[in-house]
Amino acid sequence: MAMNELWLHPAVILLLGAMLVPLLRGRARMMFLIAVPLLAFMRVVCLEPGTHGVIGFLDWNLTFGRVDKLSQVFGYIMTLMCILGSVYALHVKNPAEHAAAWCYVAGSLGVIYAGDYLVVFLFWELMAFSSVFLIWFRRRPQSVNAGLRYLLVHVAGGVALLGGIILRYKATGGSLAFGAMDVAHPDLATWLILAGFILNAAVPPLHAWLPDAYSEATVTGSVFLCAFTTKTAVYALCRAFAGMDVLVVLGVIMAIYGVVYAVLENDARKLLAYHIISQVGYMVAGVGLGTQMAINGACAHAFAHILYKGLLFMGTGSVLQMTGKSKFTELGGLYSKMPWAFVFTLMGGLSISAFPLFSGFVSKSMIVAAGFEEHRTTAAFLLMLASAGTFLHTGLKVPYFIWFGKNNCSTETWERAKDPPWNMRLAMAITAVFCIGIGCYTPYLYNMLPYAVDYHPYTAYHVSETLQILLFTAVGFFLFLKKLEPTATISLDMDWFYRMGGRAVQWFASKPFQALDTWVGELYRVCGLAWLMTSARVSAWFDGRVIDGVVDGVARGVRDTGDRLRHVQTRQLQFNIFSAVAVLVVLLLVYMLTSM
Amino acid sequence: MKIVALIEFLRRHLKAVIRLCWVVLALLVAGDGFLVSKEHAHTAPEHWIGFWSAFGFTACVLIIIFSKWYGHRGIMTREDYYGDE
Repeated sequence: MAMNELWLHPAVILLLGAMLVPLLRGRARMMFLIAVPLLAFMRVVCLEPGTHGVIGFLDWNLTFGRVDKLSQVFGYIMTLMCILGSVYALHVKNPAEHAAAWCYVAGSLGVIYAGDYLVVFLFWELMAFSSVFLIWFRRRPQSVNAGLRYLLVHVAGGVALLGGIILRYKATGGSLAFGAMDVAHPDLATWLILAGFILNAAVPPLHAWLPDAYSEATVTGSVFLCAFTTKTAVYALCRAFAGMDVLVVLGVIMAIYGVVYAVLENDARKLLAYHIISQVGYMVAGVGLGTQMAINGACAHAFAHILYKGLLFMGTGSVLQMTGKSKFTELGGLYSKMPWAFVFTLMGGLSISAFPLFSGFVSKSMIVAAGFEEHRTTAAFLLMLASAGTFLHTGLKVPYFIWFGKNNCSTETWERAKDPPWNMRLAMAITAVFCIGIGCYTPYLYNMLPYAVDYHPYTAYHVSETLQILLFTAVGFFLFLKKLEPTATISLDMDWFYRMGGRAVQWFASKPFQALDTWVGELYRVCGLAWLMTSARVSAWFDGRVIDGVVDGVARGVRDTGDRLRHVQTRQLQFNIFSAVAVLVVLLLVYMLTSM
Repeated sequence: MKIVALIEFLRRHLKAVIRLCWVVLALLVAGDGFLVSKEHAHTAPEHWIGFWSAFGFTACVLIIIFSKWYGHRGIMTREDYYGDE
C-alpha cells in the first residue's frame, strides 16, 4: 500500500488540460491539443503495477490507482485513442468541445484505474455528464433532444449502479472493493451493479441510447463517443463479472441484434452505431465465457475495436463534415471526390470484418475459438453468422453506397464533396496503420493482454475459413444488391417507449385542457342564447371581447412564456450541467492534488 | 490521383474483374478441399468441402431476408415519425 506517495493519475493530466485549453489560441492550442493526450499516454505507459493513489475520505480509503495488466491494456488504448481523436479534432474551434472530450476520457481512465466502487461511480458519472456535450455541441434541435435522452438513460443507469453499490456495502459489511463478484450466486446488489454496467455496454433492451445519441453527435464527438463508454463498460464487466453465464446469451443477442438493425439503417453513422452493439456483443460474450482465453479475447477485441470503429467514424464523419450529409439516400458515387476518405473507411471496414492481416482477425477469433473450446457450439456459430453480417454492412454496404452505387447527391452536396483537411486525413492514416499493424504483427497486442496468450490466428484452416465466409458474403451482397438499396426511413427501436412515453405526458397536459376550454366556450354560447336579445348582445360582447380576450390573452401569454421558458430552460439546463461538471472536476482535482 | 485512376481502370474492365473474382472463389473452395488441413475444425460438418463458403453465403442471405421481413413489420417507418423535434 503506497499511501501518501506522489502519484500522478493520467486522468489528472487530461482534466488540467481541459481547464487550460480555452486559454490558448491558434498554433499554441494545436500543439497543446497534441501534447496533453500524448503526456497522458506516456504517463499510462510509465505506470508501475501495484496500488497507488489511496486517499482517505471519511471512513474509507479510496483507491484511484490500481495498476495491473487488465487496467493497463485498457488505459493504454484509451489514451492512444485520445491522441488520435484529438488530432482528428484539431480544426475544431470550440474549446469547450475539446474540454468535454478530455473530461470524458478522464472519466474513462478514472473508472479503469479505480480500486473501489465509490471511485468507479464518481468517474462513471463524469463520463456521462461530459460526453453529453459532444452531442449538444452539434447544436441542432434534434441533438439537444437526443442529448437529453442520453443523459436521462445514463442517469437511470447510474442510479441502478449506486443502488447496487449501497446494497453491496451493507451486505458485505462495509466492502467497497471493485473486484470479481460471486457470479454463481448473484444477489440484488450484483444484479443492480450489472444493470448499471450493461446499460453502458448497450446490451439490449438497454441499448437504444447508443444509436440515438451517436448519430446525432458532432463529427469529432462521435469519434470519441464510439470508443469510451461501451469499452469502459466492457472493462468493468471483465473486472467484476467474468464467467457470468447470462452474459454469453446477452452477448450473442447483441451481436445479431446490431446486424439486423444495420440492414434497415439509412444513416451511415447510425449503421456504425448499431455495429458497435454487435461488436461489443462479442466482448460481452467473451466476458460471459470467462476463461483466460475468452477474457484475453474480450480485451484484445476491445483494443482493436476502439481503433477500427474510430477509423470508421472518422471516415463517415469526414463525409458528413465535407458534404453535410450522412444518409445513403443523399450520397453515392463519391469515390472520385473523396478517395482518401474511401480508402481509410474501407480499411476500417476490413478490420471490423476480421479480414486476414487486419486487426479484427486476430482479436475477434479469440472469443469465437474460446466459445468452441468451451463447447458452446451454438453460441460460437451464431457469432460466426454475425460476422458475415458485419462484413455485409460495414465492409460492403457503407463504402458501396457512399462512394459507389447510385449517385443520390444533390448538386450542392457534389460541389462541396472533397477530401477532409490534413489533420483529419492524418488521424485516419495513423489509425489505419494501427489497424493493419495489429493484424500483421500479433505480439504487439498479445503481449499486452492480461493472461499469457497461447493462440495462433494465422493457421491455414482459420485463414481459409474466414476468407470463405467473407467472400461468399460478398457474393450474397452483390446478388441481393437491389434488396439492400437504402430507403429514406428510420427504424423504431426501444427508444420508442421513452420517446412516446414523453409524448403521452404531453398529451395529458394538452388534451384535457383543450377539452375544458371547449366546454367553457360551449357553456358561454348556450347561456348567451338563453338571454334576451339585448342581454344576449351584451353577453356576446362581453364573451367575445372580455372573456375570450382574457382567455386567449392568458392562453397566448402562457404559450409564449412556455415557449420562451422551454428555450431558456434547455440552454440553462445545459449551462447548469456544464457548471456542475466543471465545479466537480475542479473539486476533484483540488482534492486529489492536496491529498497526495 | 492514383487511387481514382485505379478504381476507374477496374470499372472499365468490370467484366474481367468479375470473372477474376469467380476464379478466386473457386480456388478458395478448391484449396479448402485439397490443401487445408482440418485438424483445427471443431465440429463434424466443418470437414465438408466448402462448408464455410456455404455458411457465409447462407448467413448473408438469411440476415438480409430476416431483417427485411422484420423491418417491414412496422419497424421501418417514415423519417418524421417522431415529429420535427
